[in-house]
Amino acid sequence: MLTDRAKVVVKKEMNFWERIYLPAILGGTLITIKHLFKRKTTIKFPEVKREISAVWRGQHVLKRDEHGAERCTACGLCAVACPAEAITMTAAERKKGEENLYREEKYAAVYEINMLRCIFCGLCEEACPKEAIFLTDRIESTDYSRQAFIFGKDKLVEPVDKRIDVTKRQTSEVLEFKKNKQLSHNR
Amino acid sequence: MIAFLTYKGILVLIIFTITLAVAAYSTYAERKVAAFLQDRIGPDRAGPFGLLQPLADGAKFFFKEEIIPNVSNKTLFILGPSIAMLTALMTGVVVPWGNELVIGGNTYLLQIADLDVGILYVFGVVSIGVYGIMIGGWASNNKFSLLGAIRASAQMISYEIAMGLAIIALILMTGTLSLREMSLQQMGGVGAHWNFWNVVYQPLGFLIFLVCAFAECNRTPFDLPECETELVGGYHTEYSSMKLGLYLFAEYINMFISSAVISTLYFGGFNFPFMNDLGLSANWITVIGTAFFFAKITFFIFFFMWIRWTIPRFRYDQLMNLGWRGMIPLAIFNIVLSGLISLFVHR
Repeated sequence: MLTDRAKVVVKKEMNFWERIYLPAILGGTLITIKHLFKRKTTIKFPEVKREISAVWRGQHVLKRDEHGAERCTACGLCAVACPAEAITMTAAERKKGEENLYREEKYAAVYEINMLRCIFCGLCEEACPKEAIFLTDRIESTDYSRQAFIFGKDKLVEPVDKRIDVTKRQTSEVLEFKKNKQLSHNR
Repeated sequence: MIAFLTYKGILVLIIFTITLAVAAYSTYAERKVAAFLQDRIGPDRAGPFGLLQPLADGAKFFFKEEIIPNVSNKTLFILGPSIAMLTALMTGVVVPWGNELVIGGNTYLLQIADLDVGILYVFGVVSIGVYGIMIGGWASNNKFSLLGAIRASAQMISYEIAMGLAIIALILMTGTLSLREMSLQQMGGVGAHWNFWNVVYQPLGFLIFLVCAFAECNRTPFDLPECETELVGGYHTEYSSMKLGLYLFAEYINMFISSAVISTLYFGGFNFPFMNDLGLSANWITVIGTAFFFAKITFFIFFFMWIRWTIPRFRYDQLMNLGWRGMIPLAIFNIVLSGLISLFVHR
């Protein structure tokens, strides 16, 4: 015997009170009536949102740098890291005069995440060398068509004037991990 | 004659409306009670507290696609839910919803028909109700429906026997078959001219009647005729749109009428405690009595739902075992006991 939790089953005859069910049913009704007055666990979703953890992995954001230029350089490491193969992108070269729009010479002309494929593991965030993609504590909205769940840059890139705070996910452990990442740009 | 017909017509109309309204709001109550017993909130989107939910459900039933299977017997397929609904509505005729009102020298009885054989009429109509389910299940030409129908008919016939035997003991005691007479005999309750309700004299009979009422209404733990886990939907598997609605509605009306009959037979009907001490006029007593009667009915409807979310469904052999080897001998014992007591104690 590996544990001491094993219980010997006693198959005894039920006595009279057990056989007529009624005391057991009465006990059951008392239990259920108690639940009538208990606090309800329902959260009325669209009006009331569930409190979620600060490190919640929700809808992604493509960050801009402090000047408002997109950080993503379309290296494709997130797409490679993605176990669900949810990320696709098309790279393009930055033209003259677009320096305020894109940080590096190369940028993602198209960047799409299929939210139905995504498993919200956060490996894209971990893989990103440019600190461009982050998962946020926002809950993904619902929709009626599959097409609407393929999020493009219009939904992913944060607006210049409405930055999305990702510092909550940047716990000290995460920052330590990022410092030690053996990538050329971190050295 | 015209006045008599108008008064009865209006009464029929009122009771018809109340029955439908109660049945509609029983569906709402069922979902709310289920939710509350499971620590949820239940429907709360349609109107304040979801109070318009039954209307939304009704509208949904009417707009759903109506499917009549090609292989079914169309006449019987339509007849099934009609019978179920008709018989469910017919039982309300003999229930004494209140005592009498005296307006302008005329006496108005708050009961559509005070039949001498009231309780037998209820039993007769209820046993026709089985045909609604049986015909519907058979006409569907579907094995699940047929199995559900067979179960329903076997169950209802089995439990009708015990139910009838439980009533016999009560009839021995009260000496009448009229539901109004039985209510009047229980006049009083606690207070001046005190009197016990029949449940005190017939606890065993009440218990048997209650269990059989659950079985007759196809409510959990005896809801084997529809039994989603085994039989898809039981006898109404092939039904859609308002025909399904009628079946479900009939079930709730049956529940309402059962609650009314239980209240009348065992819980004093329209009588309430201290009714002789209030010093009110007879008309007021009647009105309050009717309100009390509906309160009792509401409690029993709640009780039906309460039990539904407390105990799981019986297995088929357990159901038959309980019916034939539990309830029927117990009911016969109850008759003998009541007979002996009324013989020697002379109540």
